Amino acid sequence: MATAAKETGIKPAAAAQVTFLEAIKQAMYEEMERDPAVVLIGEDIGVYGGAFKTSEGLLEKFGWERVIDTPISESAIVGAACGMSYLGLRPIAEMQFIDFIVCAFNQITNFVAKGHYLWNAPAPIVIRGPAGGGVHGGPFHSANPEMYFVHTPGLKVIYPSTPYDAKGLLKAAVRDNNPVLFFEHKFLYRRIKEELPAEDYTVPIGKAVIRREGKHLTIISYAAMMHTSLEAAAELAKEGIEAEVIDLRTLLPLDEETILTSLKKTNKCLVVHEDTKTGGIAGEIAAILCERAFADLDGPLMRVTALDTPVPYSPPLEEYFLPNKEKVLHAARQLVKY
Amino acid sequence: MAKAKGANGSRKLTREQYLDLYYYMRLNRAVEDTMVKLFRQNKIVGGLYSSLGQEAVSVGTAYALEKKDWLAPMIRNIGALLVKGVPPRDVFMQHMAKYDSPTKGKDGTSHFGDLENLHIVSPISMLGDLIPVMAGVAIAGRYLGQKIVAMTWIGDGGSSTGVFHEGLNFAAVQKAPFVLVLENNQWAYSTPVRRQVPLENLADRAKAYGIPSYTVDGNDVVAVYDTAKEAVDRARQGEGPILLEVKTFRRMGHAQHDPAEYVPKDMRAYWEGRDPIALYEKYLTAEKLLDDKSKKEIGDKIEKLLSKERDFAENSPMPPAEFAAQGVYCTGDDCHKIRPKWERPLAEVTPPKSNVEAVWSVAGFGSGKASGGGSAPIHFGDTEKNARDAASAEESSTAKRSNGKGGAAKAPAKKAAKPAVIAGKTARKAAR
Repeated sequence: MATAAKETGIKPAAAAQVTFLEAIKQAMYEEMERDPAVVLIGEDIGVYGGAFKTSEGLLEKFGWERVIDTPISESAIVGAACGMSYLGLRPIAEMQFIDFIVCAFNQITNFVAKGHYLWNAPAPIVIRGPAGGGVHGGPFHSANPEMYFVHTPGLKVIYPSTPYDAKGLLKAAVRDNNPVLFFEHKFLYRRIKEELPAEDYTVPIGKAVIRREGKHLTIISYAAMMHTSLEAAAELAKEGIEAEVIDLRTLLPLDEETILTSLKKTNKCLVVHEDTKTGGIAGEIAAILCERAFADLDGPLMRVTALDTPVPYSPPLEEYFLPNKEKVLHAARQLVKY
Repeated sequence: MAKAKGANGSRKLTREQYLDLYYYMRLNRAVEDTMVKLFRQNKIVGGLYSSLGQEAVSVGTAYALEKKDWLAPMIRNIGALLVKGVPPRDVFMQHMAKYDSPTKGKDGTSHFGDLENLHIVSPISMLGDLIPVMAGVAIAGRYLGQKIVAMTWIGDGGSSTGVFHEGLNFAAVQKAPFVLVLENNQWAYSTPVRRQVPLENLADRAKAYGIPSYTVDGNDVVAVYDTAKEAVDRARQGEGPILLEVKTFRRMGHAQHDPAEYVPKDMRAYWEGRDPIALYEKYLTAEKLLDDKSKKEIGDKIEKLLSKERDFAENSPMPPAEFAAQGVYCTGDDCHKIRPKWERPLAEVTPPKSNVEAVWSVAGFGSGKASGGGSAPIHFGDTEKNARDAASAEESSTAKRSNGKGGAAKAPAKKAAKPAVIAGKTARKAAR
């Protein structure tokens, strides 16, 4: 089997530098190899290998029954994945762009998410796909629709920032008994590389991680903005401001403890996300801090987010729309003055 | 379109099966009669949706399934649940929101299921959603080698939803062993079928998906059963999905609150004169399969059963209030016991043998050059080289990053978890 894997180029030699995209592909490949209950379903994922080549070679390896090309029907993709899970399968459903997940909104929020609560029918499916802007995809290929689903009890929502986490969290999602939405920031797909362990590993769902330690403020972020936050933190360090950077990784369930522990130390909190401002996770974090750590706050919770607009297409417009390092630096400098 | 057989056309049923159909239709009606009483006593906390006059549809179609097959009812398909083996007490308790009901009070009506034993998928109120779900059940069964058929129902109104079309089209291209019963009771709440669908026969919808269909008199239980059996057999043999339009009439309003005064009087009178149970009694009597004595015995048996079931339901407690906060997630292994039941050699679905021929095929598709490699073009994506160039253009400013295992960045990065190379803002510009 290892030889065959080498031939398809899916499983690289140990300790190779792999991109975010390759990490996703490895996770799916290894899970399919580990468990014949794991199947893929989505648009153009078979012969073509997916619009982002995340399932390239998997059809040849695992066959049409396990790599299921579908019509352009997101409700059918999610519905069928759910039905398959009822017989013990563990489907991974691909949204070609995560923007299209809203076409399956009813299926996800009313059927899949409520199954366990209502009638003891957990649907262990993963719905994954490329999200986020910065690649000039325009208003329908750049969205960050995670919060529609964070508002839905019964779902888990993951949005990783590194290849290591992407692979480990995707594997954890496949093995989880609940429906998991897995957002992949397409800006990161080929822009970051990481050495991954050769052995099987998972990353726990629902646990944030501290990417950089600091004492003057806490910057909470995830996905592509995690990297922007780290760049800003490096710059702030030159000014003597030590920012602690938390990568949420999972948005639902939210790791409140890591946030609260950090806030106790820094007493100031800045949330950076690429999602639009109103109803973004920053608002939820603000509420949690008010409820649980009001006395620890030495300044207002601040937000650096995308504008409350659709994602515009033209580069100057999109750049204006998106958060960036300068906006993070500006907010952080203001916050530490409190 | 195959012509439906008349009530006298069946050659497939034994005497016992004829009487089974009769029993389940009577049981279906008696269960709902009991619930009307419970409703009037304010013991049903929510809505009550009647299938009076539609019993032959639920019973005749579900009776065509085997035990291992899967079904997903609509709200009026209580008869199908009874045929599948659901005890009447469960139906009563669901409506009464009791703690011993299948959903323990979390949902009502026929909104419940049983994945492990009875193979029932719960409906939801958004019509059509079950169609792709049951298509998924069907292809999962095929993948596991179980030779099952999945069946669900949709109304004349529900056939206008987007997901009806998405689901049926998907099932058709997949050649899924799936039977969709289009229960045309001529009314979607208050809207008549002709204002919803510009078709004489809704079975014609099947033409759009290249699948066979039938139209059958839904008040003739034997015709319904015969046609459903043929559809189920064909689906099981791998012919793909089949649409079965069953014409009937909703005699009550949309729910108990609705007197349905919008229904023309002559239309109602016509269908009331074609009561499916009365029609079937006439047939059974003529065929000497039923006489007054056996009719009374069946009635007594049902009455005795339902009295017991109703007592049980009424004595069941309401759920404890704090139960509302439980069970959103399946935590631990106890809540997910479904394991795939393989009825084909695993070697067929694992490499190197897994590439079996597809039941669908498109000439030449997939025979060309595989696109690929780590730098193959991607949608709105940069090549590896692009990203690399951008990365080197800006000195890596991405300082320390932990390995993602929860450790802090101050720990020396392990080799296997070296910080990712990120091009940051520069790469974003380079992307243009």
